[in-house]
Amino acid sequence: MPALFGDPPVVTSVDSPTELGQSPHSRAATLEFREATKIYPGTAGVAVDGLSLEVPAGEICVLVGPSGCGKTTAMRMVNRMIDITRGDILLDGDSVKERQPAELRREIGYAIQQIGLFPHMTVADNIGTVPRLLGWDKARIRSRVHELLELVSLDPDETLDRYPAELSGGQRQRVGVARALAVDPPLMLMDEPFGAIDPINRERLQNEFLRLQREMRKTIVFVTHDIDEAIKMGDHIAVLQEGGRLAQYASPAELLMEPASPYVERFVGSDRALKRLALQRVRDIDLWKAATVRVGEPVAAVRAKLADSDLTIPLLVDDDGRPLGWLSESALTGDTVEEKLRSPADPVIDLDDVLRDALADLLTRETRFAPVLDEDGRMAGILSLDVISNFLLVAPNESRSGADLVNQES
Amino acid sequence: MLLVIAQLQTHQRTGATCVAENGFCPSWIEDNWDRYVDPFTQHVVLTLAPVAAGFAISFTLAVLAHRRSWLITPVTSITGALYTIPSIAFLFLLQPLTGRGFLTAFVALTCYTLLIIFRNVTTGLASVPAEAKDAALGMGLTERQLLWRVELPLAMPEILAGLRIATTTTVGLAAFAFLAGAGGLGEPLNEQRFFKSNIVVAGGLCVLLAAAFDVIVLTAQRIVTPWKRATA
Repeated sequence: MPALFGDPPVVTSVDSPTELGQSPHSRAATLEFREATKIYPGTAGVAVDGLSLEVPAGEICVLVGPSGCGKTTAMRMVNRMIDITRGDILLDGDSVKERQPAELRREIGYAIQQIGLFPHMTVADNIGTVPRLLGWDKARIRSRVHELLELVSLDPDETLDRYPAELSGGQRQRVGVARALAVDPPLMLMDEPFGAIDPINRERLQNEFLRLQREMRKTIVFVTHDIDEAIKMGDHIAVLQEGGRLAQYASPAELLMEPASPYVERFVGSDRALKRLALQRVRDIDLWKAATVRVGEPVAAVRAKLADSDLTIPLLVDDDGRPLGWLSESALTGDTVEEKLRSPADPVIDLDDVLRDALADLLTRETRFAPVLDEDGRMAGILSLDVISNFLLVAPNESRSGADLVNQES
Repeated sequence: MLLVIAQLQTHQRTGATCVAENGFCPSWIEDNWDRYVDPFTQHVVLTLAPVAAGFAISFTLAVLAHRRSWLITPVTSITGALYTIPSIAFLFLLQPLTGRGFLTAFVALTCYTLLIIFRNVTTGLASVPAEAKDAALGMGLTERQLLWRVELPLAMPEILAGLRIATTTTVGLAAFAFLAGAGGLGEPLNEQRFFKSNIVVAGGLCVLLAAAFDVIVLTAQRIVTPWKRATA
């Protein structure tokens, strides 16, 4: 099993510290669509209709919608692969229309679904394409290629001299991403970059890429038709509809909780409540208060704690406050608490777990509640099925504060 | 002494008989080898010059037509029409214009290579994967860089395949060049066309020449397209 995409790259031998290293927060551009419109000559319809949105530096903006909604056209207008009919697109405040297309494109990373590796070039030459265009010297290109391959978790010595035909689909995808990152562009355009990969590998590549992005903090325009991928990858999501019109531009949580129109509501799916579970963490919701007790504690004190708790079963903890298990009724028959458990504390949930995973844990262990620990391993509260269903049942309109909370969080 | 003379006479007689009977006579071939040196050299030139000229012309046309697809049909029609002219007729038809000699053969043979090479270069360029072109432009290659760094290298197998066919065909057609007074292996072939020894040598040299060119181009193809042999 190869190491993951986003593992800290181990750069062993770099002759000179490259100016464009994998330095985090290196460069990121702001991008603004200003009434950008595309009409193909000879067609009645509009491909992209007055698209206006801003992508802050370092964020992933996902363009999502059904086929024919203009999402790819919108993306391709950014690097002028398609010319803008009306309106404008600003990169760091400057119109892309003022730029020489080839020169503009060399500053923008470009990754497409079919990857488009050059079959006649080795992996090293593929990745070195734009550096060569920019006139980097050989040594600098070599060390950069090395660095990039490690960044995307490929073994440089093994892959450098291979041809694309000798790689697996996942490896090609990684080379494609490395090639798009070659000159450390402040903006990346990615058109369904994980589209042609099987579901298991796609999920892995997505996770690896998100980890990579946490280090790189690039501005990314990401096109997909898959709303789940959009929710997973996007800091902001632009939902487009037929005729190239923007239906909503919002954070994933906002999109799920407050779809702006019936179209968006349909597009995000009837299971959007469940999708919200994938966006929220256990720490984002109000947990039950637990009655934690220690062996030898007076039973009267335990009774008082139980009255104040949301759950009628006390949780036995050790001296460090770590849960040992749920106390049985018979443990409270004497004056002080005895170590008699009805069941062990299993599962134990982490405050940073995603709600969906926490729910899955509860269901798998066939239990209705479980203790939640913070990062230091101390009790933070109790998560129960009731807590989760309450969270889900809050009507979108009433959840404004919830949404704001989530926005602050993200 | 007598014995030696007798042997010599026998030898001469059998040699003479073989030649008189238009047979296959190794000793005659051995003695007359140098008669074929000039025709052979001419034949090599009659192959290489037209193929080189034809390649230059059709390659240029194909590259021009690559971004102007409306050019493909007229170029294919014209080169196709040239290709259908019977070679013997062509060699005579040209003579009022170009006179007898190398030039006539050169022009005619060049014309026959055009269709083959043009079509193969065009097909090769058209077979370049669209996503490779899209990625190339998206990364900031200019049209010219796209052509020279991506499209032509990827079209190379087709281009060289065309070159192979054109070369082999030209070796065969060059055997008619003597009709225009341009020499080549067709000359001895025609002079003694009932003499087996002559046919075997002149014809054999043609075949050898074609095979040699074939091997050379094939080897070049393997050297310039190492990626073609790469598989997972």
